[in-house]
Amino acid sequence: MTARRLSEGGRIDRATELAFTWHGKPMRGFEGDTLASALLANGVKIVGRSFKYHRPRGIFAAWVEEPNAILDLTWNGQHDPNARATTVALRAGMALRGVNARPDVDSDIYRGLDLAHRFLPAGFYYKTFFPNWHRYEPRIRDMAGLGKLRGDADTRHFENRSADADILIVGGGPAGLAAARAAASAGLAVILADDRASLGGSLLWTDEMVDGVPAAQWAATTATSLAAAGVRLLPGTTVFGAYDDGAFGLLERRGAAPAGWAEDRLWTVRARHAVLAPGAIERPLVFPRNDRPGVMLASAVLHYLRQYAVLVAEDIVVTTNNDSAYAVALALRAAGARVTLADVRTQAPFIAAAARAAGVRVLPGSVVVNSVGGDGVRLVDIGPADATSARQVTLRVPATVIATSGGWSPAVHLHSQSRGKLRWDEARAAFLPSAPVARQSFVSAESLSEALLFGHRAGVEAASSFGRMMTNTAPFAAPATPADPILPYWCVPIRGARQWLDLQNDVTVKDIRLAARENYSSVEHLKRYTTLGMATDQGKTSNINGLALLAEATGRTIPQVGTTTFRPPYTPVTLGALAGMKHGALYAPSRRLPAEAEHRALSADLREYGGWWRPACYPRAGETPAQAIQREAAAVRATVGLFDGSSLGKIIVDGPDAAAFLDLMYYNNVGNLKPGKIRYVLLLRENGVVYDDGVVARVGPERFQLSPSSSHTAGVLAMLEAWRQTEYPSMRVAFHDVTAAWATFAISGPKSRDVLAPLTDIDLTADALPHMAFADGNILGVPGRISRVSFTGERSYEVSVPASYGPALWRALLRTGAVPYGIESLSVLRAEKGYILIGTDTDGMTLPDDLGISGPLRAKKVDFVGKRSLMTQDARRTDRRQFVGLLPLDPDHVPHPGSHAIERTSEGMRSLGWVTSACHSPALGRSIALGMIARGRALIESGAEVELFHLGKASRARVVSPVFHDPAGEKLHG
Amino acid sequence: MLLIPCPWCGPRDEPEFLFGGEPVTRPVPAEHVTDAAWADYLYFRDNDKGPHREVWCHAAGCGQWFVMERDTVTHSVLSVRKPGEPA
Repeated sequence: MTARRLSEGGRIDRATELAFTWHGKPMRGFEGDTLASALLANGVKIVGRSFKYHRPRGIFAAWVEEPNAILDLTWNGQHDPNARATTVALRAGMALRGVNARPDVDSDIYRGLDLAHRFLPAGFYYKTFFPNWHRYEPRIRDMAGLGKLRGDADTRHFENRSADADILIVGGGPAGLAAARAAASAGLAVILADDRASLGGSLLWTDEMVDGVPAAQWAATTATSLAAAGVRLLPGTTVFGAYDDGAFGLLERRGAAPAGWAEDRLWTVRARHAVLAPGAIERPLVFPRNDRPGVMLASAVLHYLRQYAVLVAEDIVVTTNNDSAYAVALALRAAGARVTLADVRTQAPFIAAAARAAGVRVLPGSVVVNSVGGDGVRLVDIGPADATSARQVTLRVPATVIATSGGWSPAVHLHSQSRGKLRWDEARAAFLPSAPVARQSFVSAESLSEALLFGHRAGVEAASSFGRMMTNTAPFAAPATPADPILPYWCVPIRGARQWLDLQNDVTVKDIRLAARENYSSVEHLKRYTTLGMATDQGKTSNINGLALLAEATGRTIPQVGTTTFRPPYTPVTLGALAGMKHGALYAPSRRLPAEAEHRALSADLREYGGWWRPACYPRAGETPAQAIQREAAAVRATVGLFDGSSLGKIIVDGPDAAAFLDLMYYNNVGNLKPGKIRYVLLLRENGVVYDDGVVARVGPERFQLSPSSSHTAGVLAMLEAWRQTEYPSMRVAFHDVTAAWATFAISGPKSRDVLAPLTDIDLTADALPHMAFADGNILGVPGRISRVSFTGERSYEVSVPASYGPALWRALLRTGAVPYGIESLSVLRAEKGYILIGTDTDGMTLPDDLGISGPLRAKKVDFVGKRSLMTQDARRTDRRQFVGLLPLDPDHVPHPGSHAIERTSEGMRSLGWVTSACHSPALGRSIALGMIARGRALIESGAEVELFHLGKASRARVVSPVFHDPAGEKLHG
Repeated sequence: MLLIPCPWCGPRDEPEFLFGGEPVTRPVPAEHVTDAAWADYLYFRDNDKGPHREVWCHAAGCGQWFVMERDTVTHSVLSVRKPGEPA
C-alpha cells in the first residue's frame, strides 16, 4: 500500500513526461513535479537516514520546512549534494541519490547505531571520546553528515540586482495579494515576492471560493491584474533576510533561464514599508515512534493531493488537535482513501459532522500512541489522549501514512530578524508579533476570509502611511466558517516512549528533559546542547514543540522560555548567488602594463605582483627561470639592462602647503628638498612601523611627485587624503594619482648613459644629471622625464613618457641592445646592495631604526606620523632585531627565507630573528642572505656567526653588512 | 545594510563606504605626551552601547570623510557632519 499518482487532477502537465533515476533505478514524473512528489508517485518510501541514529526517513513535508528529503542531485553537468526534494522542480535526466547512508538509504550499514540509542542521548559527545576526540573524528565524520562534495567548479552564472519600492509585500497568498491590490490602487510602487513558482500560496490547494470563484483561479486572475496595475511580481523568490533601513535580501530561483545565463538572482530591495504576509508553518503532534517513513504533515498530504495528484496512501490515520486537519481528511476521502481521524480534543468539533458524513472515522479524545513498521508505518495504535502507557490501545488501524497536525506557527522570522518582539497567543497556541516593527506590518489570519480582510487592511494602512488615500475598493470576501479552538498538546504522556521532535538531528522528548535536568534551562542552551533546530530545516517544524516541552520540564510558561534568536537566511542561499558576478577576473581585476604585449613577444614569465601582471624574468630557449634570473642580473652589472617599472606609483602632491604637509606625513625631511632633486623616504604608521618606502621628487616650489611601491599606491593615497581631510583640513594641498598615465622604464648598468643619450635631448652628463636628480625634456621626440634613481646599485635612469608611447619606447630601448630583466632578477640585484623590500625584509613590527635609518627622528622638529611611537621604551630596546646581511659558511647553500637564527640554551632553542631574503649572487659567485637578527649591528661589528635553523636542519652563517656589492656606492655616481 | 546619508552625496548603500572607527584627538606635541596617553590614542576606544560617534569615508563615491553619530543597538543613523562642522 504505497503512494500512487491519481489519473486526474493536480496542476502537473501530464503531456510532458520526465525521465529521472533514483539510485540508478529509472523512474518517470511529470512537468510540474518536485523531486519529492515524483518520488512519492513512484512509491519511494525511504529517502534518507537521520543524522545520529541512522533511522530511515521518509518525505515529511511539502515545502521548505522539509527535514528529511535532502538528496544528492546530478543534472546537466551540475551537482548539488544538498537538494531539498520538496522545493526542487523535476527536470528530465536528473539523477537522484540519498545521502548519509552507505551503500544506500535502504540498506545503510550504520543503521545498527540505533540499537545503541540509550548511550547516544543529547550531548553524549561531551561525555565520551576520551582522551582525544580528534582520534575519533574521521569515523564520526564518515558516519554523520549529509551530502558529499565532488570538488567540481560551479559553472552556473549568478546575478545581483537591486530595486527600490514604496512597499515590499512578502508573500503572494490571499493576504499578500489583497495588500498588493490595495497599495497599487493607491498609486504606490509595489514589489510582491512569493517563494513558489505560482502566486497564490494557500489558495493553490484549498477548495474554498473567493468572490464566488474557485480560490486557485482567483489567484491567477488577481496576479494578472496586479501585473497590469504595475506591481512588480517576483514568483519563485524567497525574502530570506531583513536588514537595516528597510533593506531586504531576496533570492529569485530562475532554474533553466534563457541560454543557461543567470541562475539564482540575488536581489537587494530597499522598501519604505514592508507588509509581511508569509503565512504559517504547520507543526506535527509529537507521539511515540513518530519518525517512521509515512508520518507526514497533514497539510503536506493535502498539498501532494491537490498540486501533484499524488495520493500518499489508501489507508491513512490523521492525528490532530485543531480543525485544519479535517479538510485534509475530507479531501482524502473524496480521493477514495480510508481515513481514521484521532482528535485530542474530547469534544468533537463542529467540523467533525461533515467528516463523519463523508465516511471519516472520527475518534475524539484520542491520539496515536504507537506506530509499527521497520522501514515505514504499517500499523497505527490509537489510544486516549491522556494515555500513560502504550498498551492503552483503543484501536489498531492498518495504515501506511499518519497525517499529523499539531498547530500552525506563523512565519515571524523577518519580523524577529528586524528585532521585533513576540508574544505567545494562548488561544491560537502560536507566537505572534507583539507590535509591528517600524515601517513593517505583519498579517496573520486563521481563515481565508480573515486573510483577505487583514491583507486588505495592511495595504490600506501602508498606503495611508504614505499620505495616499485608497480609491473606493472593497476587500475581497470568502465565506466564513465556524471554527473550534486548538487544544495545545505537546506530547503523549507515555514515559519511556521514543517521541521525536527534530527528525533530522534525532532530538527526542527525552533529550529535552535531560537538558532540563542538567540545568540547560535557557532556550539558547537547549538548542546547542540538544542540537534541536540546528539542522538544515532550522527547526521550522520542531522549535515550538521543543520549547513548549522545555517550559513543562522547567515549570515555566511558554513565553517565559521564549524563542532562540532568528537570523537570516530564512532558507539557504547559495554562496554563488551572494558573489554574483564578482569572481574570477571580476573579483580582483588584474592591472596590465602598457607594454605587456612587448613582454609577451619576448616570452616573458609573467606573474602577478600586488595586482599587476609583471615579468618575473625573460627565459630564453632552453633556459629555466632560475638561469634566466642569474643571466639577467649579471648582464645589468656587466653592460646594461632594461626593466619595465610602469607599475610603480606616481602621486602628484600639489599646493601652497604641499611641502609642510609632506613633512608632517613622512619620516624624512621633505620640505628642504630642492627642485629637481629626489630623496629616498619612509612613510610610517602611527605606531611607528614602516608602512612604505619609496622616493619623492621635488618638481617645483609647490609640487612634489611621490613614488610609493606598486602595491601600496592606493593605500598611500588614501592615507594622505584621510590625514588632510580629518587632521589638517586647513592645509591647501591636493593629490592626484597619475600612475596609469605614464610608462616608466629603467635603463640600468655601466653602459646606461651610452645607450640612452642618443634617444633624448636631456643632458645626461654627470654634472647635469647626478644621482638622485631628474630632468624633463624629450625622449624620441615625446615629452617626458628622466629620473636618475637606482634599485640595482648600477647607474640607472628611469625614463617616463605618456603611457600610450610606452610600447614604442620599449622597442627603441630594446634595439639599443639593453638586456630585458624582470622583477626576480631585480630582486637579486637589490639584495646584493642591501636595499629592503617592504613586506619581505620588513614586517608589522619593523621601526626605521631597525633598518638603520635613524637620522630624521633626531633632526625633525614637527610631529610627523608615528613620531611619538619611536620614543617608547619598546622602540629604544637594545635587543631589537636589526637589518643585517648573512654569508652562509657553505657558499652553495641558499638558506630558506623564514629560517630562524637560533641560540641554543639549556631549555632548548631560542629565536634571535630570521632570514628575510636569500639568493645566489652572480656578482659574488656565492649565496647571500638578508635578515632581521637581534642586536644585528653589534654582530656585524664583531663578525659573529649565527646558527640558522629550518625544518630540522641547521647551518651556520656569518653576520655581515647587508651591502654585499660595491659598498662605497661608486657605481651609482659619476 | 545601512543606508548612510553622505553629507555630500545623499543616502547611499553601506558597501560604498569605509568605516574608520571612533574619532580621536591626536595628542601633540610628541615630547609632552605620556606613554599612557599615546597608548590610549593608538589602541583604546570607548565602544559605547547606544549613540556612538564614528568616522566613515565615502570611498566608492566622493572620497570624503565625515563624522556620524549612530546608535550601535538599533543601527539608526542619528546625525552626519562634515569634519569641522559644529555639533
